[in-house]
Amino acid sequence: MINNLRINKNNFIDQTIRISFKFNGKKLFGYKGDTLASALLANNIHLVGRSFKYHRPRGIMTCGSEEPNAIVQVGKDSSLTEPNVRATEIELYEGLEAFSQNCWPSINFDIGGINNFLSPLLPAGFYYKTFMWPASFWEKYEFFIRHSAGLGKSPTKPDQDLYDHQYVHCDVLVIGGGISGILSAKLSVAKGLNTMLIDDKDYLGGSTIYQDDDIFKINNENSNVWLKKQIETLNKIPNLTIKHRTSVAAFHGYNYLLARENLIDHLNIDERKGKIRQRLWKIRAKKVVIATGAIERPLVFSNNDRPGVILSSSIKKYIDYYGVKTGENISLFTNNDSAYETAISLNKSGVKVKVIIDIREDSNSILSEQVEKSGIKILKGYTVIDTDGYKRIKSFDVMKLSKDGGSVVGNKITYKSDCLGISGGWTPMVHLFTQSGGKLKFRNNDNVFIPDENKTPSKQISVGSSNGDFELDDVINNTVKNIKIFLGLDKNDFENLNIKCSKEKQKRNIWLLPSNKPISKTKPFLDFQNDSTAKDVKLALREGFKSIEHVKRYTTTGMGTDQGKLSNMHALGIIADTTGTNMGDLGTTTFRPPYTPLTFGAIVGRNVGKFFDHTRRTAIHDWHVKNKAEFENVGQWKRPWYFPKNGETMHQSVQRESKAARESAGILDASTLGKIDIQGEDASEFLNRVYTNAWSKLAIGKCRYGLMLNEDGMVYDDGVTTRLAENHYIMSTTTGGAANVLSKLEDYLQTEWPELNVYLTTVTDQYSTMSICGPNSKKIIKKVIPNLDLSDQSFPHMSFKNSKINNVKCRIMRISFTGEHSYEINVQSNYAKDVWERCIEAGKEFNITPYGTETMHLLRAEKGFIITGQDTDGTLTPSDLQMDWIIGKKKYDFIGKRSLYRSDTIREDRKQLVGLLTDDPKEVLEEGAQLVESLDKPIEMLGHVTSSYFSPNLNKSIALAVVRSGKKLKGKKLIVPMENKNINVTITDTVFYDKENKRLNA
Amino acid sequence: MFIINCPYCGERDQSEFSCGGEAHIERPKQPTELSDDQWAEYLFMRKNIKGIQFERWNHIHGCRKWFNVVRDTSNDKIHAVYKMGERPPIK
Amino acid sequence: MCNLKPLNIQYLYSIYEQNMKNKYSIFSLIKNALSGHENWQRAWRDPEPKKEYDVIIIGGGGHGLATAYYLAKKHKLTNIAVIEKGWIGGGNTGRNTTIIRSNYLWDASAGLYDHALKIWEGLSQELNYNVMFSQRGVINLAHNLQDVRDLKRRTHANRLNGIDAAWLSTEEVKKFCPIINTSQNIRYPVLGGTLQRRAGTARHDAVAWGYARSADKMGVDIIQNCEVKGIRRSGDQVEGIETTKGFIKTKKIGVVAAGHSSVLANMAGIRLPLESKPLQALVSEPVKPIIDTVVMSNAVHAYVSQSDKGELVIGAGTDSYVSYTQRGSHNIVEETLRAILELYPIFSRMKMLRQWGGIVDICPDASPIISKTQVKGLYFNCGWGTGGFKATPGSGDLFAHTIANDEPHRLNASFNLNRFVSGDLVDEHGAAAVAH
Repeated sequence: MINNLRINKNNFIDQTIRISFKFNGKKLFGYKGDTLASALLANNIHLVGRSFKYHRPRGIMTCGSEEPNAIVQVGKDSSLTEPNVRATEIELYEGLEAFSQNCWPSINFDIGGINNFLSPLLPAGFYYKTFMWPASFWEKYEFFIRHSAGLGKSPTKPDQDLYDHQYVHCDVLVIGGGISGILSAKLSVAKGLNTMLIDDKDYLGGSTIYQDDDIFKINNENSNVWLKKQIETLNKIPNLTIKHRTSVAAFHGYNYLLARENLIDHLNIDERKGKIRQRLWKIRAKKVVIATGAIERPLVFSNNDRPGVILSSSIKKYIDYYGVKTGENISLFTNNDSAYETAISLNKSGVKVKVIIDIREDSNSILSEQVEKSGIKILKGYTVIDTDGYKRIKSFDVMKLSKDGGSVVGNKITYKSDCLGISGGWTPMVHLFTQSGGKLKFRNNDNVFIPDENKTPSKQISVGSSNGDFELDDVINNTVKNIKIFLGLDKNDFENLNIKCSKEKQKRNIWLLPSNKPISKTKPFLDFQNDSTAKDVKLALREGFKSIEHVKRYTTTGMGTDQGKLSNMHALGIIADTTGTNMGDLGTTTFRPPYTPLTFGAIVGRNVGKFFDHTRRTAIHDWHVKNKAEFENVGQWKRPWYFPKNGETMHQSVQRESKAARESAGILDASTLGKIDIQGEDASEFLNRVYTNAWSKLAIGKCRYGLMLNEDGMVYDDGVTTRLAENHYIMSTTTGGAANVLSKLEDYLQTEWPELNVYLTTVTDQYSTMSICGPNSKKIIKKVIPNLDLSDQSFPHMSFKNSKINNVKCRIMRISFTGEHSYEINVQSNYAKDVWERCIEAGKEFNITPYGTETMHLLRAEKGFIITGQDTDGTLTPSDLQMDWIIGKKKYDFIGKRSLYRSDTIREDRKQLVGLLTDDPKEVLEEGAQLVESLDKPIEMLGHVTSSYFSPNLNKSIALAVVRSGKKLKGKKLIVPMENKNINVTITDTVFYDKENKRLNA
Repeated sequence: MFIINCPYCGERDQSEFSCGGEAHIERPKQPTELSDDQWAEYLFMRKNIKGIQFERWNHIHGCRKWFNVVRDTSNDKIHAVYKMGERPPIK
Repeated sequence: MCNLKPLNIQYLYSIYEQNMKNKYSIFSLIKNALSGHENWQRAWRDPEPKKEYDVIIIGGGGHGLATAYYLAKKHKLTNIAVIEKGWIGGGNTGRNTTIIRSNYLWDASAGLYDHALKIWEGLSQELNYNVMFSQRGVINLAHNLQDVRDLKRRTHANRLNGIDAAWLSTEEVKKFCPIINTSQNIRYPVLGGTLQRRAGTARHDAVAWGYARSADKMGVDIIQNCEVKGIRRSGDQVEGIETTKGFIKTKKIGVVAAGHSSVLANMAGIRLPLESKPLQALVSEPVKPIIDTVVMSNAVHAYVSQSDKGELVIGAGTDSYVSYTQRGSHNIVEETLRAILELYPIFSRMKMLRQWGGIVDICPDASPIISKTQVKGLYFNCGWGTGGFKATPGSGDLFAHTIANDEPHRLNASFNLNRFVSGDLVDEHGAAAVAH
């Protein structure tokens, strides 16, 4: 079978390297250089998929990224399979396995094909009009709709491949390696500019590289020969980077582009191991040249979607480039000269062209005349009205067009062909241009939207056929002329080339070709993948969907994986014709990135798994790991949560740790708390403004707790700040709030109070903090720092001293978040683990117990200390927290002060922080549970539980909550309604333990 | 993805910066003397202009300096940058 | 009791005919199929604006069209116009990820969104237009201990407010949506989640079209391609609007212009507490059903569902700056997909098909404004931020009530403009899909 459709002479396919692959389980062969599509065609396989809605048989229709039909599932492996890959873009490799999609049980016998017979019931938008009765049945209807929709199948196991990102800056980025792109790149590098040339194929030269014909000559050489020589010179240029197999996906503002490079998908499976699959290039280019070419348009007539109906230029590429005949008996149907190029190529390769149907009355160009001379039959002023065949086109019917092209006349002629090439003209690929913000203009004579040079964003240019130049001389001359201005060049080699080519003289375009049947009896497809027809567009218009976006959405035209590359222009044309509007006034739909679908993997690159987010670990982390800590994520930090011993549960650990801390000594790694070093002569004034309380009178060496508000008066952060020297403070913040607090303080300092002489430096990572608490904490510190005076007179609660532990400088604060006598040691982080171990060693005789965040939370809750973010939620003022004492009444202003005196913030029945005790002391409330007074409906919620623990030291359950008017409700009984029971609680004071604060000095 | 010309560091990718919203909303010097309405105006009300907007940006992943940017919010074109405290170079 | 007419088959059939005329059903579809679909009626007219209307709604998105519909249906106003700059449903209605849920924390929000959800449940039938409301459930995942507390708090509040809500353990999350990576070894493991089963998705275009068709039937003029250039006031009272199709007189204007609300407020000489920011979304290529619910994650910053067509529909976050360009920055999309791959590593080979942006108007408290203003006859419905789609029917209903009665309904009383003065905010930052 293999060679039956393959011609022998070929420059691009290596017929010495045979490659085996499987399609739908059948073993087939192709050659190195083939795409899956060309190899299938060589094996005479056209039927490759079923359409989305009607499950009609569909064949390979193009040879590039615009392919709507030939999309396949590649690979069987549940982690490496990939859905919806265009067969026209898969380079053949040994072991390739591909499958048709959207058909069951098989491509040849697809149950869904019944939809084709139901198609009269499935016009555009049918689902909006049906499936509404009975109402409860939608879910059942939807189940079937969902299962019949979708194309390929998602992998079901994690991807094993690597993806990568690379940033690049260049002077000039040239997108597209066809002749205009190559000329642009050559001109750019000649000027000495750092240039990058990107093409999505594995070769350069676009369609010119296989245009081997005497009609097209540059400096007396065939255009392909001339271009090949130009390409050969590119390899030796140091300031040129060429990227093959790379597709520009998005063109954002400020010349920021994303391009995806395929690195291994063309390799044999065994050559891929350990290699990166795709690289996303993030490009900042000073200037961008868009040379993305044009794609051929289909023609819209009834049953134009049968396998074997192929774009004419693709037939040419299959024969000229891949050496593959797309049929034994080919006919062509066109409205322009390009099909004649195809005819010449086929003729040269010995494939007889049966007939060319040209809707134009005449086509007196060099090309058409040469074809005519070769004896190929040409029907001028005719149109194809229908095709026949199911899994492959067998024949088509032709009729004469009326003068105005609105109808057909005369008799129907039937031609037998197994392949029909169609050409409806060319569409410049302006996607990237419009993505970047460029605006299009409409050129009436050949019905194309091209970049409007007056509405082109600066520092970019479109050249070649993407700029609407379709003939060789125009392409070269305009590219050279425009690039010269764009890059500011002097004279160059390409200015006076001797170019010979055929010029198209006649043009005729009919968006929807007429038929001898009423349109309702025809099936003229626009969007082959989504199965929308010209009828659907007309129906949408009939129903009042006027805007092109409405029509697109109602009919789903252009919303397939090809993003309407083949269908959009025809849809626009039919709308314009039907509504009597000029296409230029109609405008296009928005071209949304990416140009071709982009894998999530490439977009994400390496930033998955362990690189998903930074992990911040304290300097003492390894010790915690060694001592079997369980960790909690707090922001990006890993914090020890609890330290289970001998298979303890969390509850057991926390009970043990809490008791140890109160009875003897506990030690906590508090390094994650934010630390901001504040210096400058206005430091005190600065603190006055950012905290609610007063700071000017804080003595050097003393610490103070501060509460920070948002400007809207709500509690934002809290922590202890220490005055280290006259103009030097160290502020601590919450772990999660550290970065935001610093940003906020910087903001005020730089923008509102630039007159203050204050400098802020984050030292969170530079210092580590360990907190030792409990009645024996003093003894432990004494052991670690024997010469430090720890007497209450010399070193009272809320004060600080500089000291040394084994020659390591440290700051010791006597502050407490547990209510116990407590010290906080701050040391440079690189000594922290050593100091920690010394403390542990010194504390051994006192059973010093490392505890985690959970015990910390419990201990502070026993004392009624809040945790911002847990007991507060951005809706509570200091007064709501029963912390009126911390508001410096005498202070003129501080952040958030004004907001505390608004009508809502002075209400007395706001939610306020209270303590809760459960009637059953063993019952521990759920954090987040709601509080009510009565269970009568509608239930009125008074507040919720913010913190809740079983206190081993009090041997009962305790909780903090915010409750409406809570301040006044001490002693009040409330109910916590749970799903399966109601829990009775009583409102209490927020301090449960050591109300007199005796233990601080114990 | 625009490029912002930080007045301290030069041209950098937008992802290095964070936007602080409308510029030249000065914090009232005497908040306590404002009515609730006036305070709300400062706190919440924004011009939210479609067109040329003066706004604050912070080079958060760079020098951490705040500065002002004149940007057209209808097309994201940046017309000028200037330091805090400076007068806008464009009206 | 009125007099009963004698039973007459022909008479009954004519009533049936009248009622069924233009009514969508499988029967009308079959009937029209027989005539080659040549006889479908217009879904709505394309009228020129009249000189004067009783009420003008500015903005032909879902909320605006719904407002017009309820004004006509419940408040018996017929002389109403909806003025749309472009094409109806072309703004955030046609750009969002269509998640519908009502599991909000505060009573005011819960009341508002559940009111909407209840209307959603019968909307296809009410409008005789299949909006494909699909109650496939919405999961909100918790990734840290504070997430757990917050989501449990919400679950309790929802339950007591009569909104269905359940807490799911990590295992239950896995059972409900097996493709979520619930391994405890990932950077931010799933610690559980909430499930609202009544929540789900709908077909966004259908909502706009369905409301438009029904409003049009009751006489509402839907005027597309008509840009408002000015709002004319006489002292404290609105007089009408200047448009690209001329001046139109009215005593009541309801503005429902989402990202452009501030622009219209400026025309009327008032200011709003809004910032308009880019919000992006994307879809993958269509695949066979792989995820049958909606999963949202606040901490890991991603939400995903799968459309009936098979596309994964993924919402990204907002940028930090004001922009009216309908484009956001690429790093936001990248961050979102990072989160998606963290939670669904099987999607790495899936491909992004389309990516787009909308302009969302964000209030300082992440709650909307459905309110009168200091100008008589001028009403604003805005500030929906990233989550307005879900409220569409409720928002339209309540806004219509507010306009018709010049007083808010009980359910939108909290969403007034005065809250920014009094400080009585409805802070729903915790409930927004993505933390800001």
